This record gives sequence, structure tokens and C-alpha cells, in this order.
Amino acid sequence: MNMLNVTVDASKVPALPMERSPGYWQTVGRRLLRDPSALVAGAMILFLLILAVFGPWLAPADPYASSMLNRLKPIGTDGYPLGSDELGRDMLSRLIVGARLSLFMGITPVICAFVIGATIGIVAGYAGGAVNSVIMRTIDVFYAFPSVLLAIALSGALGAGITNSLISLTVVFIPPIARVAESVTTQIRSRDFVEAARASGANAFTIVRVHVLGNVLGPIFVYATSLIAVSMILASGLSFLGLGVKPPEPEWGLMLNTLRTAIYVQPWIAALPGVMIFFTSIAFNLLSDGLRSAMEIKQ
Amino acid sequence: MIAFLLRRLVYTLPIMLGVALVCFALVHLAPGDPLVSILPPDASGEMQQQLRTLYGFDRSYPEQFASWVWRALQGDLGTSIASGRGVTGEVLNAVGNTLRLAVFATLIGFVFGCLFGFVAGYFQGSWVDKAASITSVLGVSVPHYWLGMVMVIVFAVILGWLPPGGAGPGGSGDWVWDLEHMKHLVLPAITMSVIPMGIIARTVRALVADILAQEFIVGLRAKGLTDLGIFGHVVKNAAPTALAVMGLQLGYLLGGSILIETVFSWPGAGFLLNSAIFQRDLPLLQGTILVLAMFFVVLNLLVDVIQGALDPRIAR
Repeated sequence: MNMLNVTVDASKVPALPMERSPGYWQTVGRRLLRDPSALVAGAMILFLLILAVFGPWLAPADPYASSMLNRLKPIGTDGYPLGSDELGRDMLSRLIVGARLSLFMGITPVICAFVIGATIGIVAGYAGGAVNSVIMRTIDVFYAFPSVLLAIALSGALGAGITNSLISLTVVFIPPIARVAESVTTQIRSRDFVEAARASGANAFTIVRVHVLGNVLGPIFVYATSLIAVSMILASGLSFLGLGVKPPEPEWGLMLNTLRTAIYVQPWIAALPGVMIFFTSIAFNLLSDGLRSAMEIKQ
Repeated sequence: MIAFLLRRLVYTLPIMLGVALVCFALVHLAPGDPLVSILPPDASGEMQQQLRTLYGFDRSYPEQFASWVWRALQGDLGTSIASGRGVTGEVLNAVGNTLRLAVFATLIGFVFGCLFGFVAGYFQGSWVDKAASITSVLGVSVPHYWLGMVMVIVFAVILGWLPPGGAGPGGSGDWVWDLEHMKHLVLPAITMSVIPMGIIARTVRALVADILAQEFIVGLRAKGLTDLGIFGHVVKNAAPTALAVMGLQLGYLLGGSILIETVFSWPGAGFLLNSAIFQRDLPLLQGTILVLAMFFVVLNLLVDVIQGALDPRIAR
């Protein structure tokens, strides 16, 4: 009976039940923290972001200062911890400072394509019918090009430069993102809760904002993180071909290009910028794998 | 089956037309006068006009497009501005070189990808599986042009075992099936095979894991079938998807070979595309992109049809 006699201290009673069942994103976060490869990916990306943001202050030397006397010094030379490039510039500093431009060139197209592609895909998926057919058949045409070919052909036609390679990479990534967005939206559209929302008088905009976006953005986001790895390789590849960033900017792909001539003199220095591209691409691929399994998305 | 084939064909035709339109539009996006690269700076207005008429640049876009498509259907892709030779011949020659490289790379990638994939799928969670997954992540992450450079550094510069580039001794363009030429093929083919290897290994691992978890495998095992017999069933079930992925990868390699061809100075389609871009040779650029993209479309169609033939459920 003393159960009933318990004095209730009002201040101790929580206004809301404390034990909330963990939300979706909380669960995803917890799973990510338990996944060793996702943690490694997170650490790698953090490292890259630090380089990108604080690079100019972290670099031991001026990445643009060339010196004809100190060209292609081997790794470990005094004052050149990772050697010097074909114009006598400090490799370590160029690799560090290069992170900003390289990551910018790799990530920006995916962000732009994410916004544009998701919009196109959601419109096509939600509208259905003829609108869907017109949009998706157009997307199919772009799908008919291998991505590397399309990127190179577009930048080749537009001409070299940072803006043009960003544009062409964005165009390359819109179709795959739009396709994912369209297929998820089409599935969501016929679900009962969307029908219920419509029956209760919600207009198309509200339905898309509340019900469709919430369900669609997750899968596209995961897909987009895996595209960043591809985009890094492609963006650097364009610079490697001479279609992207122009000298003397430090960008990893361009550095690979200009150092190709030095391959017989200092082969390992010539290979260094590629290590950074490889590192970045591994980081984003691991992150995307981790996110995919944490969010239980089946390919 | 016939209906499926027809349906696929009907679906592919508009895509082909769209691809041609994109190729055409792409090239006309290019800023600047396409004739600038061949006209001498002191060319007279009359000469400019003559050349413009010769290349058809004076007509309206729809007219140009229609006549380009019409002639392309008859196998004439125009004349290269830079070299003055027929685009069709140059492109087909280059595509042949690329195809040789891409087929070898796909075969290497397929064999090793299947090997890793099967082992990883059979022994899930073992160290072999982990090693195979790490290898496949590395395979899809590696910037292949950089890998090509590293291959050249190791096997050509340091060890001196293989030639660093070119398609044959002395830079000869003509292909012969002999040891010297094969040596030139080894490095680019291995470099190129890494991406399909990673992707095929991933796909096959997932397929095998999926198939082994299905009930009919338990049934077969209960029936007393040997492990080898079960393996046969797994292969049969995994084959259509694995082959489809292989076909698509071949297409990606054809279109994506430009970076690797640049590293190895391989005289293929990518190399041709590269020179067309830097010489602003519009007819050549247009033709190369068109042929490569069409190859990809046709390959996609073939993959679909073969998949349909192997697995009647798809064709329905």
C-alpha cells in the first residue's frame, strides 16, 4: 500500500517522459559512431577540412615561391621536407595549400548537382505522367554518355578554366542524382500517408516539403557523398588534362600534370599529388559506405 | 523475346537521336570561330567564306544538324579541320586501339573481380572477405591516371621491365600481335582494369551473399548436393548480373580511357579526343564523341538483350 502513499514532489516529475525512444537520426548517428571505417573516414575528412581551411597558415613555405636553383630537390632535403617541384616550389606547402582548391573543385559540382538534380527528380517523380516522361527521357540521353567522356567533352567544348569545369561536372552529376530522386519520390508518392495528407487538404507544395523531402533527401544525400569521390577524381582529372585549373595555382590534378615531365628525375615526388587525391577519394567512399549501412539503404 | 527485343530497339532509337543532338550542341557551345585554328591570320574575307561554305558553318543549326546526321548515317563524319583527313577513318582507327585496350582491361578486371567477389561472398566476415572489401574500396577510389603514372614509375622507370608508353616499338601506330606490342599493352591494360575489378568484386560479393542466403540453396544442400554442385548453381544465378556489369564497365572504359591514354600516350580514341579539344577541331571532336557515345548506347542495348536471353524473367 505504500505505493499509494508516495509523496509526489512536483519538481521531480518531468514535464515530458524522459525516456524518448531514439529518433531516426539519433540511431543513424549511434551506428556511425560504432562503425570503425566510418570513424576513420570522418577523421580523414576532418584532416582534409583542416588543411583546406587553415592551409595557408599551416604551410611551412610560400607555395608560389619558385627557385631555379632548387628545382626537383629530393624528398628530405633541408627546407624541402617533401622535395621541390619542377619550378623549385616547396612540395609540402603546395600539397597543403592545394587542399582548398582541390576540395572546392571536387565538392562544389556535387552540391550544385544535388540541388538541381533533386529538384528535377522530385518534380518528375511527384508530377508523374507526361512531365515525368519528358524529364526522364531527357535524363536518359545524358545517361547514354559515360561520365568521364561527358565531363571531358563538355569542358573541352566550353574551354579550360575553373568555372567551366565546375559547370561540366555539375551537368555530369545531375542525371544520376535526378534518377535516384525520381525513383524515391515515385515510391513515396503512392504511400498511404501522402494520400492521407492529400485527402486532408494539403497542397502539393506542403506534401513535397513535409512528406517527400523528408524521405527523399536521405538516400540522395548518401548517394551524393559517394559521388564526391568520383567528382574529386574527375575534377583533378580535368586539371590533369589541362582543362581545369590553370597554373600556377596549387591543385593536385594540375600538379600531377606539370610534374609528369619530372618522372625520370624525381619519380616519387611526381606521384605525391595523386596520393592526396587517392586519400580524399577513399575518405568519401568509406563515409558513403558507412552512411549507407547506418541508414539501411539498399543499393 | 522478339517483343522484348523490339521494345528495347524502339526505346533506344530516340536516345540515339538525343545523343546525336547533344554531341552537335556540345560542339556549337564552343566559344569562338571554329575556323580560327586553320585560317591564316591574313586570310581574305572571300577565303573565309569559301571555307565556311565548305564545312557548312554558314547554314542554320537545324540544317547543319540534319545534314550531319544524314551523312553520319552513311558513315561520313566530315573532314578533320586540323589534318584534312576524313573523321570516320581517324575515329575508327583510334577506337580500334582503344577497344583492344578496353577489352583486355575488362577481361582482367572480370576474372580477378569475380575471383575476389566469390571468395569474399563465400567466406563472409573472414580476413579474406575483409581484404577483398578493402581492395575493392581502393580499386574504386584510385585516380586511375595517377595509378598509371605510378605503374610507369615502378615498371618502366625504376625496374625497366616494360615500355613507358606508346602502342608499339618506335611509336608505330600499326598493331601487330607480337611480344613487343603486347609488352606495350600490359601496363595500360592493368591500370585500366582496376576500376572494373573493384566494381565487379563488389557486385559479385553482394550477389553471392544474396544467393547463398536463399532457401533453394538450403534445399539443394538438404538434397545432398555437393559443394561443387551448389557452386554451379551460385554461378548460374550470379552470371546475368555479373555479365551485365562487365558489359557496362567495358562501355565506361571506352569512354573514360582518355586519361589513361594520355598517361601512356596510347593512340586511341581518348588521345584523339584530347588532340581534337586542344586543336579546336570541331568535326573531329563531334565525330569522336558521337562514335564513343553510340558505342556505349549499343553496348547497353546488347547487355540488356543478353541479360534478357539469360534470364527470361527480365525479358517479360
